[in-house]
Amino acid sequence: MEPKELLRLYHEMVLIRRVEERAAELYQQGKIGGFLHLYIGQEAVGSGLVSARMPQDRVITAYRDHGIAIACGMSARSVMAELLGKATGCSKGMGGSMHLADVNLNFWGGHAIVGAHLPLASGLALADKYRGSDAATICLFGDGATNIGYFHEALNLSKVWSLPVLWVCENNQYGMGTAVERASAVSQIRQKAEGYGMPNARVDGMDVLAVRKAAEDALAHVRKNGPFLLEAMTYRFRGHSMGDPERYRGSDEVRRWQEDDPIGIFRKVLLERGEHDAAALDGEDQRVEAEVQDAVTFAEQSPNPAPETLFGSEFVDRVR
Amino acid sequence: MAIITMREAISQALWEEMERDERVFILGEEVGVWGGTYAVTKGFYDRFGPERVRDTPIAEGVIVGAANGAAMAGLKPVAELMTINFAFMAMDQIVNHSAKLRSMFGGQFTVPIVIRAVSGGGRQLGATHSQTPDVIFAHFPGLKVIAPGTPQDAKGLLKSAIRGEDPVMFIEHATLYQARGEVAEGEVLEPIGVSKVQRPGRDVTIVTYSKMLQTSLQAAERLAQDGIEAEVIDLRTLRPLDMDPVIESFKKTNRAVIAEEGWRSYGIGAEVAARIYEAALDYVDAPVQRVAQKEVPLPYNRELEQMALPQVDDVVKAVREVL
Repeated sequence: MEPKELLRLYHEMVLIRRVEERAAELYQQGKIGGFLHLYIGQEAVGSGLVSARMPQDRVITAYRDHGIAIACGMSARSVMAELLGKATGCSKGMGGSMHLADVNLNFWGGHAIVGAHLPLASGLALADKYRGSDAATICLFGDGATNIGYFHEALNLSKVWSLPVLWVCENNQYGMGTAVERASAVSQIRQKAEGYGMPNARVDGMDVLAVRKAAEDALAHVRKNGPFLLEAMTYRFRGHSMGDPERYRGSDEVRRWQEDDPIGIFRKVLLERGEHDAAALDGEDQRVEAEVQDAVTFAEQSPNPAPETLFGSEFVDRVR
Repeated sequence: MAIITMREAISQALWEEMERDERVFILGEEVGVWGGTYAVTKGFYDRFGPERVRDTPIAEGVIVGAANGAAMAGLKPVAELMTINFAFMAMDQIVNHSAKLRSMFGGQFTVPIVIRAVSGGGRQLGATHSQTPDVIFAHFPGLKVIAPGTPQDAKGLLKSAIRGEDPVMFIEHATLYQARGEVAEGEVLEPIGVSKVQRPGRDVTIVTYSKMLQTSLQAAERLAQDGIEAEVIDLRTLRPLDMDPVIESFKKTNRAVIAEEGWRSYGIGAEVAARIYEAALDYVDAPVQRVAQKEVPLPYNRELEQMALPQVDDVVKAVREVL
């Protein structure tokens, strides 16, 4: 990989982390409403995966979507403004934290019903196949989503119709507060693909370069041979959402995983490679701080959606 | 004018729109090789091929879900649900996705999906296969709900639905496929969200749609023999609901009966009656009457099933109540 691209990846992961840390503060201050699901700890999965896509490849994910949005190229401004419900947000303040999207970046959302976006991914991929495009659809979901009917309907259909979908399970070990072993008949999620005769792999989701390599290989397969399931082993450092009492896991376990911080690991790798020194990386950190501060200022100063947007938009086509 | 069946009308609409627009494709259970369980898509597989007439697994969640995704990406899917009772398996996709995706993402894309579903009782299929739950789908903002009662409307409204950019639930009544009616020659397009006077009259307003339109027209014929002229208004579209012709008629007749095949509680009748009272209270000469299905899961036994379903007699009786 080019040194420039490595630095860009580092910048992106730090940006995701800092945007979310600021979002948590703004949530505590009551400036962000609804639910807020933080991606902190899982950055290597989103950044590694999305960095392997071609521009024509679509990305769709679940409600823990801030990191994926940024990895797809969404600006911190656009994310922050949506979190604050402003007209300048990516979804014009209509969606909130769980419903970020920017179709111009080929990022098809943030979807909040567990498992429900897997059929949507099948449909996005079907549209590309229908048109004869070589685009693939990358669909991310949590381990919890693999126990719901949608997962099985969507994976089965993707194989039957040979749809270009890269299914990516972000196995962060818990569906809300229920450990994988307590909810899933098999603890290796990738095994579920076997039931559909679908090739699959497991990757260390804390290592951004390993994820990127796995994604490149998987996408090559998808473009040529149809669907593939990639399971990325990861961990969320924060609760399921803000206000999670975290009775289901011990602080020792969380600390142990935090030692494997994906950003810390990547920083070490970069320093060992020697193309970037600590000063260069610190410089990126500072640039990120400024970017996040700018995003918060922008979001806070942005207008709310106009009241009239509430009405008159039920349908696109004029009635009568 | 040609006289054709409802089945032919729906089939023609699909065929013409597929010929017209390459983005239009069909997916569903047995729509292809089988030719459609109600034979609506007979011959389509041979003409349009397996890419555009897609047989799916029996998995309604992903049928509607994949159609939603394809619609987001700019295609125009027509998803067929073998019966509306199976739509409950896809309820999340219909109400949480078809109806909401566009507005929830600030209008970045449209979801031009048409979901065809077969509704209605009267064929001794037992409680789970005989429901007329049309009104449920009309509860959700963002989803258009169309339920035609004539071949002309079936053809014209389905073509409009496919051409539009909004998600549409298109409800066909299982016992209407053989119903015959006049359909205009050439391009047939009917406006969505416009109720229609199907029979003019001066004495009483009957508001209805779908199968009960036919029932209501028969009731009106019988009433006419006694010199009672009923005006029959066909809602055609349950959402958006066009009350204008209903209110106009009611201000003339001062009496109304609402006839639907679904259950009375929280039904179309309740909604239409409330709107009549809201808009024309000063014109009310008698309490609005509702004709609907008895409040039971439909039984298998033919006599009992017919007893539970609203009949011509029930409409006639309700009209005599308001006169």
